[in-house]
Amino acid sequence: MRNITAIFLKQISDTLKNKPVLIQFILFPALTVIMETCIKIDDMPEHFFVKLFAVMFTGMAPLTSICSVISEEKEKNTLRALIMANVRPAEYLAGVGAYIFLCCMGGTAVFAVMSGKSGKDLAIFVMIMAAGIIISELTGAVIGIAADDQMAATAVSMPVMMLLSFLPMLSMFNETIKKISSVFYSQQISRLINGDGTSESTLVIGINFILLVIGFIVIYRKKGIE
Amino acid sequence: MNTITAEKLKKSFGNKTVLDEIDLEIKSGEIFGLIGPSGAGKTTLIRIITGQLTRDSGTAHIFGIDSTELSQEDKAHYGIMMDDFGVYDRLSCFDNLKLFARIYRVGNSRINRVMNEVGLADAAHTPASKLSKGMKNRLRLARAFMTEPDILFLDEPTSGLDPAAADGIHKMILDKKAQGRTVFLTTHSMSEAQKLCDHIAMLCDGHIVEYGTPDDICRRYDSKRSIMVHLTDGTDLVLENSTKGAQRLCDLIKMGQAGSIHTSEPDLAEVFMELTGKELTA
Repeated sequence: MRNITAIFLKQISDTLKNKPVLIQFILFPALTVIMETCIKIDDMPEHFFVKLFAVMFTGMAPLTSICSVISEEKEKNTLRALIMANVRPAEYLAGVGAYIFLCCMGGTAVFAVMSGKSGKDLAIFVMIMAAGIIISELTGAVIGIAADDQMAATAVSMPVMMLLSFLPMLSMFNETIKKISSVFYSQQISRLINGDGTSESTLVIGINFILLVIGFIVIYRKKGIE
Repeated sequence: MNTITAEKLKKSFGNKTVLDEIDLEIKSGEIFGLIGPSGAGKTTLIRIITGQLTRDSGTAHIFGIDSTELSQEDKAHYGIMMDDFGVYDRLSCFDNLKLFARIYRVGNSRINRVMNEVGLADAAHTPASKLSKGMKNRLRLARAFMTEPDILFLDEPTSGLDPAAADGIHKMILDKKAQGRTVFLTTHSMSEAQKLCDHIAMLCDGHIVEYGTPDDICRRYDSKRSIMVHLTDGTDLVLENSTKGAQRLCDLIKMGQAGSIHTSEPDLAEVFMELTGKELTA
């Protein structure tokens, strides 16, 4: 627990000075506040921007930030220094993962306030967002561990992030895209947030999660964290 | 008492044998230098001894404990400074050390003491990205000193530094020896090894080709020792270290032609060259 706390506190100091990662946590919540406050169009679904940006946020922020943090530590060999100081790989991942999860939940709090939800609806919204954030973190961790350096990690994480973040939005306009994107957890998160989720949504999210856990174990065993 | 021992240590990566039948005995309180060119296997040996890497065969012990069975408590007894260990560029020197202080459960007073020790006190709040290479090496050293370890593994601590910065680090290493700590140093600088080390081992292509004190090693290979005579007419004459050379020297002295006489002994770099046919390069 001591090592997890140390990594967590290090991550706070580091992120405050790491603008590319910091902006990931702020961008979509800030955009939501601005758009929801400033733009009022007739016939626009209620809290349209909350639903739109919340999905983009879950697909983008956790994935790119954890991927960036892990790949940077690998590239600069700071991770090796931590492992040599008796930090276990699981402790490192827990420290970084917990920090990014809490940052993203901070963003979720903004979405929750802007959505105007309360009581049970609010709790369900937060849980859906938490599930999306955890799966995205897992995706980012797999890419970060698999990549040898930051450049390689970005080359993979960018298209994956675009796919997960934008497919739900594009699927609003195209049936084919909607069918394709239905196999991705971010599309199902979008459906759940929009209130038209089904048992299929939970199933797809569950399958995505299991596949990513398997992928994580395979990559971790093959490449190790260093 | 031996602090570190290795017997018949072997390690290969694929078909390439990096370490082959390595035997080592490092005594408590000494500075031991492992010297060899890049790719000789120096870092691999440190990584095996410190339990970062598994060996293929043989044994390695620190304080009598097998390197594969070192507990977290055992590992607190040694500090490692690897040449390629990174620092957190965005964090200040203090924050970099604070992270490791939390991991090692040591207080801020220890951070301040270590920063004073390595001469980083004035740069405590400077981001690591703004430090020179020498200062970054000091930060890495400070990290290795955090737990006041009994053994220090220093992997090329002065690599790429200017002479003044290297001299500062040499002083710190000698201070650690004076405090009774054991230092395991790898270097490709023979002058550094000659200046600091009590014993050295020369590593080449995975084999230890020579072991001993720097002076002993040089003496063992003094067949090339020569005598240089500075003649009164301003020219220099190099004579062989042989009966014939001695006779010629006597003649020069008798004739009053010898202005000054100097002996030339092989240094470690020449010995290494003679043993391996290779030059030491970074």
